[in-house]
Amino acid sequence: MLNYPFMQNAFMAGTIIAIVSGVVGVFVVARNMPFLTHTLSEIGFAGAAFGLFVGWTPLAGMLAFTTVSSVAVGQLSSKPSRRESSITSISALAIGLGILFLSLSNQNASSATNILFGSVIGISRTEVVEVAVLAIVVLLVILGLYRPLKFDSFDAVGARVAGVHQTLLASVFLIALAFSVSVAAQIVGSLLIFILLTLPAAAAKYFAHGVGSMIGLSILFALIGVWLGIAISYWTNWPVSFFIAVIEVLIYFIGIGANHLAARN
Amino acid sequence: MTTSATNTVLSVDQLAMAFRQKRVFHDLTFDLKQGEFLSVLGENGVGKTTLVQILLGQLRPTAGSVNYYPSRQGVTVGYVPQFRNVDAEYPLTVREFVGLALPNRLTPWWTAAERKQVASTLAMTDLTRIARTPLGRVSGGELQKAYLAQALIRQPQLLMLDESTASLDNNMKYELLELVKNYQEQTNAAVLFVTHDLPLTKQYSTNFLLMQPGQYQTGTIAELDENVVEAAHA
Repeated sequence: MLNYPFMQNAFMAGTIIAIVSGVVGVFVVARNMPFLTHTLSEIGFAGAAFGLFVGWTPLAGMLAFTTVSSVAVGQLSSKPSRRESSITSISALAIGLGILFLSLSNQNASSATNILFGSVIGISRTEVVEVAVLAIVVLLVILGLYRPLKFDSFDAVGARVAGVHQTLLASVFLIALAFSVSVAAQIVGSLLIFILLTLPAAAAKYFAHGVGSMIGLSILFALIGVWLGIAISYWTNWPVSFFIAVIEVLIYFIGIGANHLAARN
Repeated sequence: MTTSATNTVLSVDQLAMAFRQKRVFHDLTFDLKQGEFLSVLGENGVGKTTLVQILLGQLRPTAGSVNYYPSRQGVTVGYVPQFRNVDAEYPLTVREFVGLALPNRLTPWWTAAERKQVASTLAMTDLTRIARTPLGRVSGGELQKAYLAQALIRQPQLLMLDESTASLDNNMKYELLELVKNYQEQTNAAVLFVTHDLPLTKQYSTNFLLMQPGQYQTGTIAELDENVVEAAHA
């Protein structure tokens, strides 16, 4: 299976995406942002469709849309009382725009399916390089902000008193998240990005109790899903996103079960 | 009067606060010196937490000034919040939680010196035994100790406790304040303790600030007139 260049590309891109998602996901979960991540993925769908419409690559369109809107969406959702409603309205707008751009761009249905559900088998070597560059940018940003980001994500009250620049930190993190969403969409598609950006990290917190170890496990869980998903998809010819979703959900439920048992003992 | 005497840590001068024309307090003036333990007393709604938020720089006062000596950046402030439940699934261990407040460094991992600092802070606050227990699974008293340890790890010159002993059982209240007192004896830090608890105030404070609607009193703890305080809390 690894003799085919398209499978090599799929595994390379998948590995990079799993690593980025695993790292970023730990902060997404700690900052209680899975819902916002979902919205960013829908904005990504609108961006990818826009990219097709104006003749860019879908990745370029996604990056433009998610980056520009991430900070605004973050601001909108800062008030817990209206958080879900305001995010839902943005999701609605994004999906509407996505459908409009797809219809205007006269693309066939398969390109829509690719954007929404991913197309790991169709990834070229150039796209692997693009994904790698974006991934390095995201990882460097997280590394540079690691300690204040960790403090703010796991104890916002303490971080505020200690003088962490929370607004700036939140904005930079949202942009990094926007990049991660665009990267992850290349393999699982924009509808299923939140699988990789939330489930591995959400499961990791049941097995590990330090930020470093949670990141390690989260990466591992993401890698298991992506690698197995690509391999099984190759053998069965069923969609890769389906297998990744099933594997990650399974790992998450095992986590809940293990936590339940640990709490009872 | 504002003083900049060498041992003054914090000086509050003619401070006033109002929310939408509603006056919370006005003309509030007091100093806090190294080694002092100031209890801030007063009934609910009199503005104690508002005062703490102003001192922490989270709220801007309507008038007056707050000065730290030598400067705001020059004074490390530790803050122990009011008790609140932590999500039972909160994943970090006590040790990791306390270490969150270590001063920033570019290395993502803790250095050997930092690991030692975390260990000694945990020992000082009597948390070594549960260092590796997730914070979501510790008791209320242990949780408050973990907040105290996190505040102490930066070795603050000023420690603020905002109703931090409220809703703890009696033994735990004293245990927590003994830890604060030990820290204070070792470092000569200033302590600002917001509370309703008169017995605790009398046992641990050197000074008091009694806030009442429209007025306030300050003095040494010996000057605290219990009748006045009880009337204020009635």
